[in-house]
Amino acid sequence: MTEIDLGDDRPARRDWHRRIGPGGWIGIAVILFWALVALLGPWIAPYDPGATIADMPYAADDRLLLGADYIGRDIWSRVIIGARTTLGLSLAATVLTYLIGATLGVCAATIGGWADAGLSRVNDVLLSLPNIMLALLVIAAFGTSNLVVIATTAVVFSSSVFRFSRALAMNVMVQDFVEVAAIRGERFPWIVFHEVLPNIAMPLVSDFGMKLVFIMLFISGLSFIGLGVQPPTPDWGSMVRENVQGLAYGSYAALWPAGAIATLTLAINLVVDDLSAKSSKAITQTMG
Amino acid sequence: MWKMVLKRLGIGVVMLFAVSLIVFTGTEILPGDVAEIILGQSATPETLRVLRAELGLDQPAYLRYLFWLGDLVQGDLGMSHARNVPIAELVAPRLQNTFLLAGCVAVIAVPLSLSAGLLAAMYPGTWTDRAISWMTLGSISFPEFFTATVLVLVFSIELGLLPPISNLRGDSDLGEWAAALALPVATLTISLFGQLVRLTRATTLNIMNEPYVEMAVLKGLSRRRIVFLHVGLNAFGPIVNVVALNMAYLVGGVVIVETIFAFPGLAKLMIDGVQTRDLPVVQACAMIFCATYVLLILVADIAAILANARLRHAR
Repeated sequence: MTEIDLGDDRPARRDWHRRIGPGGWIGIAVILFWALVALLGPWIAPYDPGATIADMPYAADDRLLLGADYIGRDIWSRVIIGARTTLGLSLAATVLTYLIGATLGVCAATIGGWADAGLSRVNDVLLSLPNIMLALLVIAAFGTSNLVVIATTAVVFSSSVFRFSRALAMNVMVQDFVEVAAIRGERFPWIVFHEVLPNIAMPLVSDFGMKLVFIMLFISGLSFIGLGVQPPTPDWGSMVRENVQGLAYGSYAALWPAGAIATLTLAINLVVDDLSAKSSKAITQTMG
Repeated sequence: MWKMVLKRLGIGVVMLFAVSLIVFTGTEILPGDVAEIILGQSATPETLRVLRAELGLDQPAYLRYLFWLGDLVQGDLGMSHARNVPIAELVAPRLQNTFLLAGCVAVIAVPLSLSAGLLAAMYPGTWTDRAISWMTLGSISFPEFFTATVLVLVFSIELGLLPPISNLRGDSDLGEWAAALALPVATLTISLFGQLVRLTRATTLNIMNEPYVEMAVLKGLSRRRIVFLHVGLNAFGPIVNVVALNMAYLVGGVVIVETIFAFPGLAKLMIDGVQTRDLPVVQACAMIFCATYVLLILVADIAAILANARLRHAR
């Protein structure tokens, strides 16, 4: 029996690491760094993030790597512990966003009919509001606990995930093999799990990375305005808020938490850019 | 084609209604109403009842919504509870300031980004393209408060050229306005730059892959003529779409910038209102922002419909 060469242009699983460019590696390194910092936080922070160490605000102290914040606490320790808050909240919010948005989007595409029309209209209204406004309204109503922040962010961002996953799922639903499956008598859950989901997984995963960036920026922005994470919990966004007065005195204190956010979002963007440069152009055609 | 445009306008009006409903209900869910806040310590059931009757808070919600909407449409934005002045007086100068800020950003960022995007698309893969790519990466990744912090540190602290926060008063002269606007405009321009350049570049490259562009090349037209005439005209619609969408993004971005620079704009007014639980102010500002956002998206969609001949007729 002769070997059949399927002519796959998918690279063999063994050398996937050669597909990642230099930008991608830098991104992965930075992400791993912050992930480790977040995981090991309490054990590697030199000082208690809530303790006042220096005697003067914004003082430069030999013991403190990045100096003191506006009430004398160690900025480096607060950045380390803040990583947990910021990353934790952002990840939770992004996962929730995807649970809501992708589930509803796929359901809308597979069920169709009134469910699809109804969900899409509601989604359009949500999409037509600027994110921050929607969040401000909800937070003004329900307060500023971490739970409210996660839930608000998820609701606000799920609308674009809904649109994206619905478009992707629609593309799959009109394919012949889905029609064949339906004729075969397969029910809707089977079609979703065996036909739709495997085909939309890749674009959704790369979109997950981008959403994580936006959500992190969003939550930091909310904390920065004062409506996100509340003090004294260390969080990168609220740390910028707390120390922004120091700018007028020439203190670099606000730069460090802002820079932490910037490095992380830059890293994720690098990785996503690297991945999407290699993947197919079908994604752009889906969105077009 | 005009039917589609009219239909889109109709949807826009419906959206505005839906938005007003959301804005109204959003602020009504607030536990504890304004009467409690105004009276503060001296809030007894008696005084609360009197104040509520006076403020009209004892009427059922849907009536209050209709009254509010009616007033809004006539231009009466109500009274600020915290400061006891008509909101329209508060809003007018702030609105001017925010529009000034947004206008400056638009005038600077849009031509800059479009040129950069076109340049990158004209010479894809070259060092120009790569340099622009790196710049967009930074622009997209850095949050507004990071760029603002860096700009303040460089231009205010180290170089001492510009004030770190706006010190605008009613009688500030042109120079003070320019100085106050410089850093906020720069921050927002940097934020917009990345997204605008990337989308312009992608759209232009997409069009350049079309067969008619290949025909133009075969005809022997110069690269510049091809890009500006054949590609540019066809990219116009999608690019207007993108610009309008990004202007809408400014509505959100302006919130952060006004906070960090203490710029006396509409967003700062709204956030102050949220913090003092001044409901009418929050409602009025939210309504203005959301309406602007909806209008911009409307412009974007209509531009997309008008520009692409294929979209003009419903499928």
